[in-house]
Amino acid sequence: MFENKSGILLIGGLGFFLFAFLSNAVVPILMFRHLPEKTAEEVVNENLLYQFEELNFRYPEQFKKYFGEPTPENCAKALRIGRDVYVGEGCWHCHSQFVRPVSNESRRWGPVAQTIEYQNELQRPVLFGTRRVGPDLSREGGRRSNDWHAVHFFDPSSLSTDSPMPRYPWFFDGSPDKPNERGLAVITYIQWLGSWLESYPLYENYKSIEEQMSNPLE
Amino acid sequence: MIDMTVPPDVPDLPRHDQLVEERLVMWYFLAALGYLFVSLLGGLIMALQLVHWNPHDGMEFLSPGRWRMIHTNAIAYGFITNSFLGALHWAIPRLTLRPVLSRALSYFIFVAWQVVVLSTAIGILCGQAQGVEWGETPVWIDPLAQVGLLLVAINFMAPIVHTRGPLYVSLWYFMAAFVWTFLTYAMGNFMPQYFVSGTSAGAITGLFIHDLVGLFVTPLAWGLMYYFVPILLKKPIWSHGLSLVGFWGLAFFYPLNGIHHFLYTPIPMFLQYGAIVSTIAVELVVTTVIINFFGTIWGSGRALVTNLPIRWFYTGMVFYFLTCLQCSMQVTLTFQKVIHFSDWVVGHAHLVMFGVFGLWFFGMMTYLFPRLLRHNWYSRELCEWHYWLSAVGIFVMAADLILLGLFQGFYWVSLQPWDASITVSQPFWIVRVFAGLAVIAGQICFVVNLWKTWRLSRNDQEHVLASTGPYNPSWTGA
Repeated sequence: MFENKSGILLIGGLGFFLFAFLSNAVVPILMFRHLPEKTAEEVVNENLLYQFEELNFRYPEQFKKYFGEPTPENCAKALRIGRDVYVGEGCWHCHSQFVRPVSNESRRWGPVAQTIEYQNELQRPVLFGTRRVGPDLSREGGRRSNDWHAVHFFDPSSLSTDSPMPRYPWFFDGSPDKPNERGLAVITYIQWLGSWLESYPLYENYKSIEEQMSNPLE
Repeated sequence: MIDMTVPPDVPDLPRHDQLVEERLVMWYFLAALGYLFVSLLGGLIMALQLVHWNPHDGMEFLSPGRWRMIHTNAIAYGFITNSFLGALHWAIPRLTLRPVLSRALSYFIFVAWQVVVLSTAIGILCGQAQGVEWGETPVWIDPLAQVGLLLVAINFMAPIVHTRGPLYVSLWYFMAAFVWTFLTYAMGNFMPQYFVSGTSAGAITGLFIHDLVGLFVTPLAWGLMYYFVPILLKKPIWSHGLSLVGFWGLAFFYPLNGIHHFLYTPIPMFLQYGAIVSTIAVELVVTTVIINFFGTIWGSGRALVTNLPIRWFYTGMVFYFLTCLQCSMQVTLTFQKVIHFSDWVVGHAHLVMFGVFGLWFFGMMTYLFPRLLRHNWYSRELCEWHYWLSAVGIFVMAADLILLGLFQGFYWVSLQPWDASITVSQPFWIVRVFAGLAVIAGQICFVVNLWKTWRLSRNDQEHVLASTGPYNPSWTGA
């Protein structure tokens, strides 16, 4: 059995793989089957629509050209395109999208990640991420303004010195005040992240090193 | 098992040229080396970007984000897969004494697989990556790759099914790997894309990342080690019992590991505990395999100095033990609090993929190229440079990144401004650039050596055929 073909193919090859698949993949699927998967239209919320309208207000010509009117349907469309850009550019390899319940993460990023937040079409495949060169983005929405994101995508080091993030001039028609379809979409996507939370918008809660080192009683 | 020293005119054994399509082995190895350089370029672009030295920042088709994905995919599907297919076309027919199912099919698979890998690279370059780590192959290529894997399994299983009686260790690993690779690829590329989203998809992509290492690369690589090491040392594997423990332990525990890539996510905690315990169990299994191989070389230690392929193999095994030992620690929740998301993990991944499997492939190539070209290596010195630059380069890179991971982790835990963790990384990232350049220099030595050897083999064809032994490379093997 342990050294012949059928044992290896059926027990080792198929059997153990299926055992692992059932216990590690099918179990969570069954556990979360009562949480319906939302579509992009269903995850558009008022916080996000405000940012979407703000994009229209700030970049009227570009917005009209690529998305027309700032309606919820167009917002869902922008979310889908934005997600594809986020995946295609490999953003998720340097920015995670989940907050852990340890290592002071909830103090820096906000509420700990919950399953319900990921039950939607835009998390297909799920974008937890495994590396943080840059900050976690799952609570990034509303934390910074649309024009901050535009300038930052155009040239990250102009806003955060020493940032190793690459420039993305192909999100723009030539200059940072002219985001194109990809630029507008990816900004919409970033502004969506965390916009469903009660604690939105969440500002980074840390003290400068001088303040940390100083005696609070003085 | 057929030995190289068996004269070709022994009546009962098929001749080597009836079994092995040497040209195909060669082409697979050359394709593997080509993709290796693509991957090295991707790594270099990313490394330069991190230290602000990227000369092409802001160019869409040289975007470090996209090239990072080409870096990992070219290694998995270009370098590793092609090296495996080349080595398997040598090892399986010689082990089973039967050729693969069809030479025509073999050549078709070769061409088809290069199309798959090239389309993957082009698709990623055009921003069509799929959001599955290590499976960024654009969704329209996934079905083609799936069919390719099936054909590979059929082609290689044909000689194996005709063997009688208990099989040799290598064939256990190969057979299981054909099944696992097919299932793993299907699970990881289709399920999170079309069937499940959210947390359960996270569990599946975790399984995929890990199964690609544990159920595709690891078993095929160990199978080849069980094949090449006894041949090169001219003695059998030390303990058959430990071989059994190693294979069945891997088969049972490795598929249960995947979720350890996503600890502290919303994936249910009891599944995370299960993955952690299984991962530590794998470390125990790995130790038995390492003991078995060091038991095999016991008494022949001199081969580490004189026999270059053996040195490549055993260096890889030492790195393998180190990475697995590291893994059994880093998988615990205590370590995860600090090192998750940091460069510690990047260092670990480089040590295992290049430091172990890359080194093993270079050992196989160092052994097989002189046999394929029927000519000794042009220069042993270049082979030595290849070895030392690769082994030392990757060890420095891994050590540097693992140490950096601790710094980054503690900077984050202590809630310092994010930029502080970038600033502290700079000196380490600069060391990493130079370690990477050393690795690249090593590979350049290798291809220069290969090129020169090929030129010599063309010029000396008549001379070599006239001599008694076509090759007498004592330091590249038996």
